[in-house]
Amino acid sequence: MTASADTAVWRNLIHKPFFWGIVAILALLALNTIKDPTYLALSINPNNGNLVGNLVDILRQAAPIMMIAIGMSLVIATGGIDLSVGSLMAVAGAVSMEFLRAAGDSFGAALAAVGLALVITGILGAVNGVLVAYVGLQPFIATLVLMLAGRGIAKVITGGQNTTASNDSFRWIANGFVFGIPVVFLLAVLIVIAVGWVVRRSALGLMIEAIGINPRASRMAGIKPKGLLLTAYIMSGILAGIAGVMSVGSVMTVDISRTGYQLELDAILAVVIGGASLSGGKFSLSGAFVGALLIATLDKTVLYLGVSSSATPAFKAIVIVVLCLLQSQRVRDWFRSRRRPPRADRAQTKEEVAA
Amino acid sequence: MSAVTATPASQTSETVTDRIRRMISANPSVLPTIASVVIFVGMVIFGEIAYGRIVQFNTLSNLLINNAHLIVLAVALTFVILTGGIDLSVGSIIAVSSVAGVMLSNAGWNAIAVIVAMIGIGVLFGIVSGVLIRYFNVQPFIATLAMMFLGRGLASLLSTKPERLGEDSPIRWIGTQLKIIDGPKVNDLVITPAVLIAVIVVVAAFFVLHRTRTGRTVYAIGGSESSALLMGLPVPRTKVLVYVISGALAGLAAVLYTARLGTAQNITGIGWELDAIAAAVIGGTVLTGAYGYVLGSVVGALVLGLMNVLITRDGGIPPEMTTIITGGILLVFVLLQRAVTRKRE
Repeated sequence: MTASADTAVWRNLIHKPFFWGIVAILALLALNTIKDPTYLALSINPNNGNLVGNLVDILRQAAPIMMIAIGMSLVIATGGIDLSVGSLMAVAGAVSMEFLRAAGDSFGAALAAVGLALVITGILGAVNGVLVAYVGLQPFIATLVLMLAGRGIAKVITGGQNTTASNDSFRWIANGFVFGIPVVFLLAVLIVIAVGWVVRRSALGLMIEAIGINPRASRMAGIKPKGLLLTAYIMSGILAGIAGVMSVGSVMTVDISRTGYQLELDAILAVVIGGASLSGGKFSLSGAFVGALLIATLDKTVLYLGVSSSATPAFKAIVIVVLCLLQSQRVRDWFRSRRRPPRADRAQTKEEVAA
Repeated sequence: MSAVTATPASQTSETVTDRIRRMISANPSVLPTIASVVIFVGMVIFGEIAYGRIVQFNTLSNLLINNAHLIVLAVALTFVILTGGIDLSVGSIIAVSSVAGVMLSNAGWNAIAVIVAMIGIGVLFGIVSGVLIRYFNVQPFIATLAMMFLGRGLASLLSTKPERLGEDSPIRWIGTQLKIIDGPKVNDLVITPAVLIAVIVVVAAFFVLHRTRTGRTVYAIGGSESSALLMGLPVPRTKVLVYVISGALAGLAAVLYTARLGTAQNITGIGWELDAIAAAVIGGTVLTGAYGYVLGSVVGALVLGLMNVLITRDGGIPPEMTTIITGGILLVFVLLQRAVTRKRE
């Protein structure tokens, strides 16, 4: 019977939402350390007292991914998907850079640029939300339109140019340090905690999950799904806007065809790594947080191993396929005792509910 | 659209409008297809009046030649969408397939072998998507989204520079222009073997969907998968098959496009999945499955192609707007379908 006790412990462990994510991060870091024993070394820049090192870079790169991953978590928990986050990042970048180029270099201008970018991405998120919640379109098609048209919108805003601006306060968001830690990472952690606090301290998170599990049952239980769906898409839009501000802030240039390009995959990947099911009904913000860290580590590792950065989506796609396989009922059944009856039919009904 | 007023017109005085009205009342899902034909004709008339030189051999042949690959993609998406699925990977299958094809061709492979390999790459992608969807219950858009990124990444791994097809490569023959009617000045009726291939694909798809058991199963899966299963239809096999067909046609589209352009790059085909979905949807294929026609998708592809022609002719619309306009049209048609299908419920 020790064998079954062992499997019970094992199963408990692998069912922790972010267990595999942490394992993978450690594995990647180990791989990098084997290649270069000083990889993990952190040092303090003597001039300004800031931390420098590969780990700091990873934290900094993870911040925008965390933002879109948190938004995506909420949307996926409702049983939807938001494919437009990468394009919304480009829109936010385009809006803020165009504004700053006109408004110049002041703290107020930086605040206004961020505000304007978030309002516009919030509105675009609301468009997604209205199409999904009130019109009843399939989420992926509603957001697919904005995924491809959004980049066009960004191009129209900047007139097809890669706009550059200079504003020290705005730049500080992405490049600054507080107590030696990158501002952008601190900001991301604060926002994740704030969102987590709101959705878990109120019934919001529970209601969002209820919609994802069974929209009809949740409506009968008195939950109004439309407003909640709209909220989830607006939040996803605003968070994508923050991610956009973070990613253009470091170089103060919006590259309309590259800012946020293919980042929707990163967001989805972070959510799935975090243990949420793509068919909706549950989410874990801490899981998405770990997922975003893993993706940033993966990005760095692939670059470190000398592979072109435009090829990284291939590796991510393989990871996401493997994760989807691990989530599927069929593979889980293989891992379980062979004497249990096949449960493929259950997965089938679940998929129908999600659809 | 609520054509309950359709009168049982006497057979003798039945006009075209009556017949169309009867068709709509019998099957409201035909409405978007009719709408797309009307839009296409309307665009032709508008273009002819506003810019001129639209209704002539030259423009119309170019429309077909430049959009042969899009027509093939639209057919591919029609199969998948009819089952209620989606294939987001077609654009990047084209990228990986064309880059690999040009590189193989330049490495001295036989042209036929290269074409087979290009289509084979599409088939492989289709098999992976199909198996993920069928056997592991991954949602179609997630599975094909993963394939989309995989394809794009693999294409980038192969090369990030434009790869040029050799000038003497036999593959270029597919893109050569054959003059059918020698019009005055430049007004010739011209086709390429690629156009003929696209036409053959359309005819074959029409035959498969409307005249074979497999076609009926495709429609049945879109209507209700569990009912189709209970009726004993080969649902699992057909579900994998539609993704294989879609992948294979994407590979074929890569052949047609590469032959016409003579170059291939890892960024080829970005956003073509939207074009193909839009073509199918504009042509009346309902995204939830079970309703739609291959010929409608062809009209949809031509509408998009003509839209590009009109935008270029107009000159006042910045080219950046193209994706926004495509997205807008797609959205309008999805909303229209939503209104029609909601009425049925």
